[in-house]
Parts: sequence; structure tokens; C-alpha cells
Amino acid sequence: MYAFNVRKPGSVDLAVAALESAEDGKLLAGGQTLLPTLKQRLASPSDLIDLGEIADLKGISDEGGSIKIGAMTTHADVAGSDVVKSQIPALAYLAGHIGDPQVRNRGTIGGSIANADPAADYPAAVLGLNATVHTNQRTIAADDFFTGLFETALNDDEIVTAVSFPKPSKAGYQKFPNPASRYAVVGVMVAETGGETRVAVTGAGPSAFRWSEAESALGGNFSADALNGLAVSAADLNSDIHASADYRAHLVGVMAKRAVAAAS
Amino acid sequence: MAENGIGAPVRRKEDKRFITGKGTYTDDINRPGQAYAYFVRSPYPHATINGIDKAAAEAAPGVLAVITGDDVAEAGWGGLICGWMVKNKDGSDMRAGNHPVLAQGKVRYVGDHVACVVAETYAQAKDGAELVEVDYGPLIACAALADADRPGQPQIHDDVPNNTVYNWELGDQAAVDQALASAAHVTKVDLTNNRVVPNAMEPRAAIGEYDSAQEAFTLYTTSQNPHVARLVMSAFIQVAPEHKLRVIAPDVGGGFGSKIYIYSEECICLLAARKIGRPVKWTGDRSEAFLSDAHGRDHITHAELGMDADGNFTALKVHTKANMGGYLSLFASCVPTYLYATLLAGQYRTPQIYCAVDAVFTNTVPVDAYRGAGRPEATYLLETIIDQAADELGRDPADLRRQNFIKPEQFPYDTPVALTYDTGNFHAVLDKALEVSDYANFASRRAASEAKGKLRGIGFSCYIEACGIAPSAVVGSLGAGVGLWESAKIRFTHTGVCQVLTGTHSHGQGHETVFAQLIAEKLGVPIENVEVIHGDTDKTPVGMGTYGSRSLAVGGQAIANAADKIIEKGKKIAAHLLEASEADIEFKDGSFTVAGTDRSKALGEVIFEAYVPHHIPQGLVEPGMEEGAFYDPANFTYPSGTYICEVEVDPDTGVVSIDRVVAVDDFGVIVNPLIVEGQVHGGLAQGIGQALTENCVYDSAGQLLSASYMDYCMPKADDLPTFEIATTSTPCSHNALGVKGCGEAGAIGSPPAVMNAVADAIGTRVSMPATAEKVWRALQASKTSQAAE
Repeated sequence: MYAFNVRKPGSVDLAVAALESAEDGKLLAGGQTLLPTLKQRLASPSDLIDLGEIADLKGISDEGGSIKIGAMTTHADVAGSDVVKSQIPALAYLAGHIGDPQVRNRGTIGGSIANADPAADYPAAVLGLNATVHTNQRTIAADDFFTGLFETALNDDEIVTAVSFPKPSKAGYQKFPNPASRYAVVGVMVAETGGETRVAVTGAGPSAFRWSEAESALGGNFSADALNGLAVSAADLNSDIHASADYRAHLVGVMAKRAVAAAS
Repeated sequence: MAENGIGAPVRRKEDKRFITGKGTYTDDINRPGQAYAYFVRSPYPHATINGIDKAAAEAAPGVLAVITGDDVAEAGWGGLICGWMVKNKDGSDMRAGNHPVLAQGKVRYVGDHVACVVAETYAQAKDGAELVEVDYGPLIACAALADADRPGQPQIHDDVPNNTVYNWELGDQAAVDQALASAAHVTKVDLTNNRVVPNAMEPRAAIGEYDSAQEAFTLYTTSQNPHVARLVMSAFIQVAPEHKLRVIAPDVGGGFGSKIYIYSEECICLLAARKIGRPVKWTGDRSEAFLSDAHGRDHITHAELGMDADGNFTALKVHTKANMGGYLSLFASCVPTYLYATLLAGQYRTPQIYCAVDAVFTNTVPVDAYRGAGRPEATYLLETIIDQAADELGRDPADLRRQNFIKPEQFPYDTPVALTYDTGNFHAVLDKALEVSDYANFASRRAASEAKGKLRGIGFSCYIEACGIAPSAVVGSLGAGVGLWESAKIRFTHTGVCQVLTGTHSHGQGHETVFAQLIAEKLGVPIENVEVIHGDTDKTPVGMGTYGSRSLAVGGQAIANAADKIIEKGKKIAAHLLEASEADIEFKDGSFTVAGTDRSKALGEVIFEAYVPHHIPQGLVEPGMEEGAFYDPANFTYPSGTYICEVEVDPDTGVVSIDRVVAVDDFGVIVNPLIVEGQVHGGLAQGIGQALTENCVYDSAGQLLSASYMDYCMPKADDLPTFEIATTSTPCSHNALGVKGCGEAGAIGSPPAVMNAVADAIGTRVSMPATAEKVWRALQASKTSQAAE
């Protein structure tokens, strides 16, 4: 790790000010990717702006039609939340299967989606549940948020403040974890929300994506059998020492069926 | 039985300090004025070093010294050695190549040691290391084991043609070829034994210290064998005469073989300490462990097993290519030869065995002994080919094995591969394993799995290992550079405290408990009053260290022999005090008694008399109570066992779940069943890890791809079932304790049991590790070929 300054702003505005005044500032929102990167000396920010002391960014609230989760809410808090468990159990399940207990106790939803790791779980939830991302500047629709490998629609000085998840009538998440890291080799969120069916895939491609053929098939018949014979193309999928693109493509189908079967 | 003596499931004495974080590991030790070292490692698998510019690093804040290969040469220190000479088929010596402490003009694997920066703080040393400018001339790397000895490959060591360290053989090739030619059936397999990274919980670390007045070094290090470290560094690397080098291995957090060897970092901490006149500490991080701890396994093998018409094994022929990595590590040469080919008889009466081994260099981390060392490779090969043979012959895999077992009445049994098994009862072990596993009802369990959409398989593995390493004359005749005896000293204090000084080293094995139990058994001393001292060459008698499941079978026997000497001396004193003849004194349960009377003296009274000899006539005995013993075993010990694994495979994903592992071992006499169980659990986890999850992967250019826990998959608690463990016992015949050793069994026996179970489930064989994708692909291929038929 190289030396850096640590700042602990008490509000989002102060965090933005700190970011703007820093030579090369980085937001710290749990640090489950950033800190290992720093330890390996793969990044050398001048300042870490820790969002951990901004009370407004934490917490889970039932907004009637949706659940709003503060950006600095940890995975463990989402997994353990009675509100989430009762209203969107698939989301609680997803959060409860991220990484390991240490990661779940430190990592946050805002940090995860802003980082947009292709193998992270939350992007599947954001896309599949058609969430809205709230920032200090605007709201961003799920379909517009993830733009590529580790890339999002966020501006440099834009901070995620919360994520709102509409309550689905049915949703299910299943993932095939990387046995070493427990990241998603493939993770699939299926959901029916307000009459719309969504199938969102993480882990398989450079960025989370929706599987439109599966959405159409499930739209008429929300059952695992409706997916028989459907397959995503392996052409644009990831390939590494853990899984080839072909295998990932196959797993998308398997996990989608299992997610449908698990949906509640 | 004495209280807490042999056989008692005593909780480990050392656990309180380990579990509460109060252990003293090398990194916990801080010496006055200590500076910190960080190593510059090669980012290239194969490159010349055209120059090293140290200037910017030397000028960096806090940097005290930048050490390169030139400094090592200037000090007159030699290179790291291989301590076991293996001969080629034609009788010529192997080609070991040079292994400089710091690179001399060339690097040979990613992670190879190029330079060391010493600074006031660890961070400053690390910062300084980034400023060392090394002018590399990248060369094409030779990373693939299969190709390494083919003509035209890059030469890794100029004096080692075709990257071949040796072409070695054991057995009568002509006789084996003839037997295979006349066999009714020949089963053939091609196998890969995957490379694994040891991953001890504590990374390696060292502190070098130099006393200029005494011209003497002290090295604190994470070693399994501090005396061997001193011997090698002194006699071969020329660091200092033995009396000017003290090696201390304090608490060590796991070794699994990787901490046997002498590494560059230890040597350089000493050199740096002398250079700057201050202690120098290096603590490896996890990335460095992946890049520089000696790796394990890494064989590719073709084997053929011949059988007669009744399924009796007639001959086994094996050709193995073994990866040595970029340099020949301390015991690397003996692992795929004398610890491998000699075990190819397994539990069976195969009359003819021939094994040829080609050891080759590649541009990868050096490979050396890892838990089991050669014996897991032999077991994996043998138990795979026998399972394959049973498949091909349509035989029950347990029955085919049993038919070929060495029979209980045939012990001692001379194998065709140079070993003599002293005892064993393989039939009894198999019977017990079949009973514990409820083999008779496997079909119903398979049906239950199928009803859930899962494929269930069962796999067997009947292993034998040669432990208690080893008779010195035998290993000497095979090329070892040292004897492999062990030593011990028992020293009582005035007040009856018993200090046991051992040349072995405990890094997770529980010696402080087990050796105390030996004292409780032999001398009746409560284990609370026994202090086991190890890991310091200035305090303990010379010993060869801990590896190869030898500490109890060799080191423990030395302790028991020293205890016998205590009893003999005590009898002389007791006889005098009791006014009886020495011949009439019996020692039992901690008391010396005149036979047939109630007149006795407790051991404590006799010890006090020995130290305060007010009533002992001159010349009867020397004062004090301290005895030592050296013990050189007469043979290896031969633990054996049958492991049965049941797996469930998810056909949709290929995921293998281990449902059951039954491990039945014959460890001979067991001193502490709790510790034995723990050792078996740990070994099983490591063996299952190799079979299902662990894989060290290099790309074709020689870069290590699986260099962190994000990519290298250690087995986790939820990958493992509750183990079902049982034992049988045929005591070792050639040590008085009757013990055999248990440290490696789990890692030796489990991989083939798991892999045979996977093969049984999916109907085809895959290589280790049986990852989900591999298994899924095998299932897809079977479907395709079935459709084609």
C-alpha cells in the first residue's frame, strides 16, 4: 500500500467537496475491492474519502411500492433485514450469498454497484428487479446504469446515495459461485414486477445484462420449462481459468431455470 | 495404563496459546534495532539479467542496503543445494544445475529472487524495491512439463541438456515387458498429478542477526527442521561454522513440507544483518508464498497393469515425468524416485514392477515434498489403474483389490520395489471400511440420489505409505546426504519437572502433548510436569526434523529410549536408598519398588536424591538426572488404510459434492486418538482439495495464473462432509512403541478415493481437480458418444 490521506466527511456534500479538492481521490464504500487493490499497489490514490460516517447513506426503508436501501448499507444488513426478507426475499438471499461473512459485513450495496465488477451479485438484482439508482445528482434507471466492464453511468463527482427496488410479485436469484472467491461465475435474477418479466445475468459477460429471449418466454409462462431449448450465445461471454464461455452460457440456462423454480 | 499415557485422548497442551492468539511465531519476534527486508522478484519466467541499477533504491528514504547476487558471491557463500543424489539409468550422477541464493545473471521462474532491499521500515523496503532497476533480457520460457525435455526447448540451465535432471529407473524392465506381453489383460492409464501450492497458514518469515564480537549469526525462521537448516547453511552454503550459527524455529504455523527447505530469504537476512550490523526481518506475504514456497506434486504418468485370466496382477510398468521447477530444491530429487517408485507395490502382490522417472526443469516455482511426498502420487496412480482394471474386467473394485492383497500371513513381505513391509493386515482394514461405509447398501443410496436427479458414485483407495523416515544406512545407499536418525534428551530438575528436548519440530502436530504422554506412560510423570523443548539448535540435541510422519516413530522412540536410561539410573539410586539389590527393583507407575514388598521410592524422591546426593556413595552414579538417546530406525514404518468416498454429481452443472468419506487407517499403536483424528481430518481436507478444488495453473508463457485465493481454491468447511473415521492396529514390529505415524495418510489416501467415486458416478475419468466444468464436459461427451452409437 502506498501512503494516502483518509478523509471522513459527515455528509454527501462534504464528500463531494473532498473528492473535488483531492488530487486523485477515491471513494471508500466498504473497500472490498479497493483495499485489496491498494494492498497490491495496483492503485495509488492521493485520498480515500470514507463514506462510512454519513448516516444518511445507511438504512433500509419500506416506501410502499418499493424498498429503498441506503448506499452504505452492508450486504449483511440487507441479508438480515426483516423488511427485505419479507418483501423481496430473493434480494435478501442474494445479499446473503455474496462473498463470505467478512465481505458481507464490510461491503456495501452502493460500493458494489458503483464498482460494477462483472462477477458481482448486486448488478443482477439492480437489473432484474428494475431498480432505480439514486445519486447526489439524479436518479438513474437500472437499464442505463451498467455500461461496461467496471463501468457505470456515474459521473466522476457523482455519488450513489440509495437504490430503490420495486416490490416484485415474484423473484428468484440463483448463482453458480466461483469455488475459490465465491463471486458469481454466473448469477441470474428472474422477477415479475408490475406485469413485466425480467431476467438479468451477472458473472457471465463483461457487464450484467438482460436475457431478452428468456424474458419473452417467461412472460407468457413463468415456469422453468418455459426456458427449455433457450440458450444464450457464448460469443460475448467471459472465459478464464474457472469457466469457459461455453460453460458459462450453459450455466446461464441452468441458473435461470433454478431461479424461476426458486422464485417466490 | 498411566494417567494420560499412551492411548489417552488428551486435549492438546499447546492449544490454549494457539487458540487465544498467544503463540510466538517468527513475525511476533522483534529484535532491538531491527530493520526490514523486501525482495525484488523476477516478473519474468525466464530472462537474462543484463544489469541491476541500485542507485535510486539506495538513495530512497530509509533504505539501508540493496543486496544482489554480487554481495552473495563476495561473501563467498555457495548456492542452495539438493541433498539427495539420484543416479541416471547409466549410473551417472544427476545434473542439479546451480541454485544461487540471489540470481546470478539469469532468472528461472516468476518470483525468482533477484535482489533484497533492507530499510528502516517494511514499507520503505517495499518502496525501495520498486526503485531497483533490473535490466532483463526476456527469454522464451519452458513452462509445460510435457514438452520440457524435448529437443529444441529453451535451456533453463546451461549445464543441464534437455532440461533433464535425471532419467532414473527401478525394477527389471525386461521382465516386466515380458509379463505384460503374456498378460491376459492389460489396463493402461495416462494420468496427471496436478501441481498444488502448500499454503501453510503462516507464511514463511525470517530474522537474521549478527554478533560481530562473537562473529556469530542467529536465525529465527519458519523451519520444520532447524538443525538441518544449520547444517546445510553451515556445511554447504558456507554461512558460518556450525557453532557460529544458531537457528531458532519458534512456533510455526504449518509446514506440509514447504518449510523443510533452505530458502534464499533466510540466507539473505543473515547476510544483510552482517552487512548493516542490525537484525533484519523478512515476513513473506501470501502472494510471495504462492510465488516462492516450494510447490508439490506435478507429475504426468503413463502406466500399464497386467493381469492373468483370474485378475491376479502380474506386472506394473510406469513411466513418470516429474516437474522440478526452475531449480532443484533440497529434497526434490528423492520425491519422485525413492518416495514414489518404491511405493508402487501398494498393498498388492504384484510380482514385477518397473518404474522409469524423468525429472525435468521448467520455468516454474521449484517443486519439492508436500504432505505425503511421492506416496500420494504413487497411491493415486495405483488406485486409479486398479479401479480402471476393475471397470474393464467388470469386477467389484473391492473384490479385485482384496484378491491381490498381500495376505496377513505373508508379513514381513519383500516388495519388488525395494521395501520390506514389516506388518499389516489389509484385509482387516478393508473389511472394517466396508462395514463402516455400509457398502452392502450402496445401491439403495445410489437410487435415492437418482430420485433427486443426482448421480452417485463410490470410490475406493487402499493406500500404504513408508513413514518414520528412515534407516540411515538405507537412505545413504540410495543417495541421501544425511542420516535420518533422531535424538532426544530427558532432563529432570531438582523438583521433578521433566524437560524433554527433541530434535524434531512441532508445527501443528501436537508434540508438546504427545511427547508428554510418552513420559507419562514410561515414567509416570503427570503431563503438566513435562516441558517439551524444541526448535532451537542451541538448546536441543541435534535432530533431523519433522517431515515424513517421522516425529513419533523416530523421535518418539528416541525419547522412549532415553526414558529407559532414566529408569536404569533411577534403579541404581533406589536400590541404594531401599537397601536392596538393583536386580530386585521394579519400576512401575512412577515408583521404584523392591519386588514382592511394599517398600518403594517415588521417582521424584530418587530424582531429588540424584540432585542432592547426600546419601549416595561416591562412584555409585553420577549426580543429576539427565539422559539422552539417539535412535536410528531399523526400517520404515508402513501405515496403511482403506478410504471409501461417496459423491453426488449434479448432472446439470457438473458440481461434485462429497457426501461421505470413510477413512479406516492402521497406524499401529496410537498415542493420542484425538490428535490422530485431527491429523486425519487435515490430511483428508488437503487430499480432497487436490482432488476437487486446488490447481496451480501456469499459462504457456510461464506466468502463474492462480496466484491468490481468488483463483487458487482451497477447500473450505462447506466443501467437506463429516468424516467417518476408524482405525485398526497391527503394531509396528521394529520400534518398541509400535507406532507408525499418521501425519500424511489423509492426503495420500483421499485423492484416488474421491476421483474413483467421481468416475463411478459419471462413467468416465477426468483429471484432478474434478472441477464442475470438467465433469460437465465429460458428461456432455458421454451423451454425444452415446447418441452417436
